[in-house]
Amino acid sequence: MYKYDSYDQQMVDARVEEFRDQARRRLEGKLTEDQFKPLRLMNGLYLQLHAYMLRVAIPYGTLNSAQMTALGDIADKYDRGYGHFTTRQNLQYNWIKLEDAADILADLAKVEMHAIQTSGNCIRNISSDHFAGAAHDELVDPRPYAELLRQWSSFHPEFTYLPRKFKIAVIAAEKDRAAMRLHDIGIQIVEKDGKIGAAFYVGGGMGRTPMIAPMIRDFVPLDQLITYAEACLRVYNRYGRRDNKYKARIKILVHELGKDEYTRQVEEEYAHMQQQGVEPPREELERIKPFFADPAFEVGAKSVDRSDPDFALWVDRNTHRHKHDSYVSAVISLKPVGGIPGDATGEQIRIMARLAQQYSFDELRIMHTQNVVLPHVKIEDLHALWTALDAADLGAPNMDSIEDMIACPGLDYCALANARSIPLAQRISEKFDASGKTEKLGELKLKISGCINACGHHHAGHIGILGVDRKGVENYQLSLGGSEAEDTSLAKITGPGFTEDGVIEAVEKVTDVYLDVREDGERFLDTYRRIGMAPFKEALYD
Amino acid sequence: MTDLGTSPDEVQFRFRDDEPADHGTVTADACCDQTNATAVRIEPGDDARTLLPFLDRLALIEVNFPSFGDGRGYSSARILREAGYTGELRAVGDLGIDQLSHMRRCGFDAFAPDKPLDAEDAERAFSTWDNVYQRTTDGRRTIPELRHE
Amino acid sequence: MKVLTGNDLKTGDVIWWTGSGWSRRVDDAADAGDRADEILATEEAARRVNVPYVIEASREEDGSVRPAHIKDRVRALGPTVRPDLTLKPQDPEAIDWVI
Ligand code: HEM
Ligand code: SF4
Repeated sequence: MYKYDSYDQQMVDARVEEFRDQARRRLEGKLTEDQFKPLRLMNGLYLQLHAYMLRVAIPYGTLNSAQMTALGDIADKYDRGYGHFTTRQNLQYNWIKLEDAADILADLAKVEMHAIQTSGNCIRNISSDHFAGAAHDELVDPRPYAELLRQWSSFHPEFTYLPRKFKIAVIAAEKDRAAMRLHDIGIQIVEKDGKIGAAFYVGGGMGRTPMIAPMIRDFVPLDQLITYAEACLRVYNRYGRRDNKYKARIKILVHELGKDEYTRQVEEEYAHMQQQGVEPPREELERIKPFFADPAFEVGAKSVDRSDPDFALWVDRNTHRHKHDSYVSAVISLKPVGGIPGDATGEQIRIMARLAQQYSFDELRIMHTQNVVLPHVKIEDLHALWTALDAADLGAPNMDSIEDMIACPGLDYCALANARSIPLAQRISEKFDASGKTEKLGELKLKISGCINACGHHHAGHIGILGVDRKGVENYQLSLGGSEAEDTSLAKITGPGFTEDGVIEAVEKVTDVYLDVREDGERFLDTYRRIGMAPFKEALYD
Repeated sequence: MTDLGTSPDEVQFRFRDDEPADHGTVTADACCDQTNATAVRIEPGDDARTLLPFLDRLALIEVNFPSFGDGRGYSSARILREAGYTGELRAVGDLGIDQLSHMRRCGFDAFAPDKPLDAEDAERAFSTWDNVYQRTTDGRRTIPELRHE
Repeated sequence: MKVLTGNDLKTGDVIWWTGSGWSRRVDDAADAGDRADEILATEEAARRVNVPYVIEASREEDGSVRPAHIKDRVRALGPTVRPDLTLKPQDPEAIDWVI
């Protein structure tokens, strides 16, 4: 894992002091809320429905047990005993006091963490494949490139007041586990003629106008990665729309200019930038890489004793194939039946930290599906790990099933929401668990957002639910056929919306249609793609 | 011709030794048409690159920030410096303490905020970062460079 | 009635204008009538409230105050999915009041 040197630490410490000073000026009345808001947002501090909310960055979703422990301790010391893991691979606290915020940032800085650029119209936390460095199918570990981008994007002097927020994802496998093409810039590390480079996809996103990013260059040499990114950003900063907040994301610029014209402008800027020497020295990437070197894997058992069916089910569902055949990556589900997706108590967070120390070379990952991964678990340790997880209510065997849904905080926490998301998630998981249908349905990605901003990725759900406001009453739109994997697609709305009870029933109905007509090996998404919307509509509205 | 610009006494912070330019400031369009203008003011929507042919005769370029949240002026500034402009680059308009250090890094060397800023807070802001990650034309050695010297 | 609400600047707590100060309990809220804007301006300038705004609400027969919009009822009570963290952790019916 990356470790800060004194320079990185100095930057973060300086930021804590800068923010302490800003908070002081706000509390003393030297800054109005209008002036303070963009500053607190740059430090991840929102004002939400019940209190201030703090969003902590977890760069590319990777952290060690000391960092995880600190997150648990902060939940207990400054919040109300829990935190919420999000689709942006970071953590949110819901009950923060402005008076405490600088102290929290100082506590985070002690373990090389921060909340920098987790909000505001700047380059946000960089996300990546949660199985990076462990997956059997990756070309290289994408995280050194993500780290290079993290440093470049931190306090970037030119790109701190962009037209709108800017999200970058980096992957290095054909299988996309990071919704790469639904980011402002998606970077895939690829190989061409024996050389490693980066393919750039620009202009994806969700929100009210979901778009899938087109590829604008299939190969950027690695020693020009930052230069090319800088060119992409400069064109956006200069020409992205600023007249309308809802049209300000880069996806609209790319769409309005057309991919070809945007690409032409980027290439022109790139040619200019290459003269400016903005690329960090080549040795920098070489310095970063060893931090992500493989831990000392040992040969061990390659299979588990399956005599306990509960354990066997968990192994089948919640482990992912590792590049070393004596290891797996284990997914810790934060979706207990009837629970709040992504929430974990301070104690649970510390337990996960301890287990990472014991069983996963001190490393954890946060998934965009609001779960936690122990990336490197020895197969022979799996039973002990599962036993410990189960005892802490962290052993739900439901990865990628309908119970593993994504749900944004919705109207229970979020000031922008139209409707609640969490109660839907809770009721659906209870219902499908009780009827035993979860198992039959297999992989089914349900994603719920409480408003059009789409933090819950509903556009990319095999089944998506969107909360809308219908004359002051919560109402829900259902959509089908989305995917955020390598076969990216956007879900289509089925038709008129439903009440809370109605939408739960509707989910039941569309899954019944699938179970009736599916062919061998078809997932819900495959069936939908084969038969189209009509049979589902019929079941829902006739 | 009307003078659009800020006068030298509105400049609150200046990091240059030469005498401040004090003559009529014209719009970017006027600058391109008019061969004798030595000071120009550009707005967020202006393309700074239209000024590149005239850089040798310009002593002052003002970049207006009607609202601090509109960051186009940062790109304008860098583009001008990247093209070798060495005259005064003055940020004017809705400037706050917390934008100063980034502006300085993008090449601004004079600041004329609409509302005067607290001098002590500003001084602290200008020196916020001991070191920086990105290469700009401000000449500072970056952290990645310092790591490998 | 017109009710004023916002957050406490330091703690972020949801607060309601009582006619003379701010309370965390919505039932303490007073009708601001047509003085709403004026009160908001003074109180915000004095930093006794942050990001305040006016909402529509009704006083019920039992004297309690019910904000017209569900969002403000969620703010008044707390998250419906965590009754233990609401202002009325002992009252199982409080959630129904929100919805
Ligand atoms: C509770 C406070 C939150 C607020 C105020 C908020 C606000 C927003 C807004 C305004 C957008 C739309 C951006 C646009 O298209 O221009 C958005 C998108 C998004 N947010 Fe949130 N959000 C919140 C919480 C979350 C949480 C908890 C997550 C993760 C579960 C999240 C992850 C995302 C993602 C993934 C997107 C859509 C992807 C994209 O187009 O960038 N947000 N959010
Ligand atoms: S989707 Fe809407 S309701 Fe859900 S967290 Fe995002 S902004 Fe809030």
